[in-house]
Amino acid sequence: MQAMVRRYGGFITGLSLALTAFWLLVLVLIPYFDMFESSFRPYLPFVDIGGPKDIYSLNNYLSIFHNPTDIKVNFFGFETKLFMSIHLWVFFLTIAFSCLSTFLAFLLCYPLAYYLAKVLEPGRLATFMLILIIPMWVSELLRTFAMFILLAFNGPLTILLQSIGVVTGGVRWTWSLWGYSGVVFTLIYVYVLFMLFPVYNAMTSLDSNQIEAAKDLGASRWRIHRRVVMPHCKPGIASGCVTVFMLCVGSLLVPGLLNSPSSQWFTELIYSRMFVENDWNGGAAYAFLMLIFCTIFVTLTMRLFKVGLADIAK
Amino acid sequence: MTASVELRGVTMDFDKYRAVDNVSVKIEPGEFFSFLGPSGCGKTTILRMVSGFIEPTQGQVLIGEQDMAGIGPNKRPTAMIFQNLALFPLMKVWENISFGLEVRGIDKAARRKRAEELLDLVDLEGVADRYPAQLSGGQRQRVAIARALAVEPKVMLLDEPLSALDLKLRQHMRAELRAIQKRTKVTFIYITHDQGEALAMSDRVAVMSRGHIQQVDVPQNIYNEPTNGFVASFVGENNIFTGALSATKNFTTDVGAFAVTTGQGVSHDSKCRLYVRPEHVSLVAKPKAGANAVPATVEDISFEGNFAVVHLRDKTGRKLSAELKNDASTPPPAVGASTHVVFGPEHARVLLDSDAVAYDGEE
Repeated sequence: MQAMVRRYGGFITGLSLALTAFWLLVLVLIPYFDMFESSFRPYLPFVDIGGPKDIYSLNNYLSIFHNPTDIKVNFFGFETKLFMSIHLWVFFLTIAFSCLSTFLAFLLCYPLAYYLAKVLEPGRLATFMLILIIPMWVSELLRTFAMFILLAFNGPLTILLQSIGVVTGGVRWTWSLWGYSGVVFTLIYVYVLFMLFPVYNAMTSLDSNQIEAAKDLGASRWRIHRRVVMPHCKPGIASGCVTVFMLCVGSLLVPGLLNSPSSQWFTELIYSRMFVENDWNGGAAYAFLMLIFCTIFVTLTMRLFKVGLADIAK
Repeated sequence: MTASVELRGVTMDFDKYRAVDNVSVKIEPGEFFSFLGPSGCGKTTILRMVSGFIEPTQGQVLIGEQDMAGIGPNKRPTAMIFQNLALFPLMKVWENISFGLEVRGIDKAARRKRAEELLDLVDLEGVADRYPAQLSGGQRQRVAIARALAVEPKVMLLDEPLSALDLKLRQHMRAELRAIQKRTKVTFIYITHDQGEALAMSDRVAVMSRGHIQQVDVPQNIYNEPTNGFVASFVGENNIFTGALSATKNFTTDVGAFAVTTGQGVSHDSKCRLYVRPEHVSLVAKPKAGANAVPATVEDISFEGNFAVVHLRDKTGRKLSAELKNDASTPPPAVGASTHVVFGPEHARVLLDSDAVAYDGEE
């Protein structure tokens, strides 16, 4: 601190400290704490706030288990009935389809990243990168709307496929995959680069001689990737997966536009509790529920794949 | 477990650049063969063609009499040691060594046992469970050799593997590599730009420049009987004189005419130069009449222990050098002294200018 004062003078030191404190306190800690605190309090009429009914409890969190009903599940022909609340079921589905989107984004990005980092001639890399990055400059809202229009019933995609005779009649693009196909497809489309770049970065740091050495020792393509390329890229893959997963779970716009009649996203429940039911306490509890669960889930997954937090920061 | 390697009229083009131009050479089974040349001479390209990472534009690569066209690096009986070794940093030493066996579906216990045996062979024990980053440079070198030997290659390809080591270790590893080669009887093809390495280790050496082989021979002949100016100047030091060969087999220069030995293909109208090794030169104040003598002034003397290098300059300003044995009874002339650089005709070689590189001995 003294060194900083000596170097930059009292005013600049004080200002930068004050701004940092403002950022942390006013923009991060206070709003989060306020939400966290209110998530434990009941939703009350204005006159009762601060009164004897205003006591801390876990009721808002436990309300995710309320009103259980029979839910029919059909998993590849295997049918079963689950007895749970709709909210809890939506929570599970959100996690499951976020996992699926993340996994599909990885399947898409891994070969592409390998191609960009190890196969493509360096001279042509800039063109490819530009082609990949320019769509990122278009806002997420616009890109989501574009997908919304493209995948619409009797929309451009259907018309195109009809004209070349692949399909006849209308196609409900968003209704397959238990009603989540539109959401999953668009989530991948919107967030795919958050997967590509960390994986690509990890691959560029891999010494190409190691790939050749493995090949020279007789390894097949699959084994080279499994034993040499993938272990090297693990931090990048983990970083990409965590980012894409968190973005998917937290997306409100994409499910809002591309849901089918049979699908719902957990963020939409948070939204409706806050803005439709005006129950900010309940909404806050759901938001924290999601945050806490996702953090635990990501931590456990990273433990499973033996990736440390420090690896991701590399 | 050894095989011959033959290149038949091999040419390799990269875009507009011809890296290897119509090279033919046959390497015998169990031979330690080096390709020696400056960077960019095409030696690494040859190695990559033998290993199968690239296919020649023209010509054939044969390993053990079998044409390798269309056979990938993972299917050839070769093993490569890379310049940076390319050990797998995330695998333990024994996993590195047994990777080639893992590929062949050998079970873990057998792989581990084989890895230990190979570590024994390269004189490296008790490091099987370490990671490459925990080893010293010399130890990593040995692991790389063991990893290549594990797949029982018939031909071992080495791409300047010693260049990352310090001088002392490098000299030690030379002897070690040579010993391993003799023990395993595998054909070694060694790539280097270091003449000392090539001469010390090899059974035969191919000197390369600009995609051509300039000379293939045993190390003694490469040094003592170079076929052209490039080989003479790339391998060892020389005093070089420009001039012309007269009809009487005398070589006429701007500092006199000398009796000489002519090298391969030299005739009186060919473009050639005179090469004399510094160790074949003596310094004489009053030379005998008729001897090859160049008057010169001593500029500097650097004492190297067992010998001294005397740097001189003749009247035309040409730099000359003489390597004199350290002998207290006949000390070298003092700096500034006028003397004569004298050499016998058997050590004065007139060699063709190589089309490869115009080499005048000065960097």
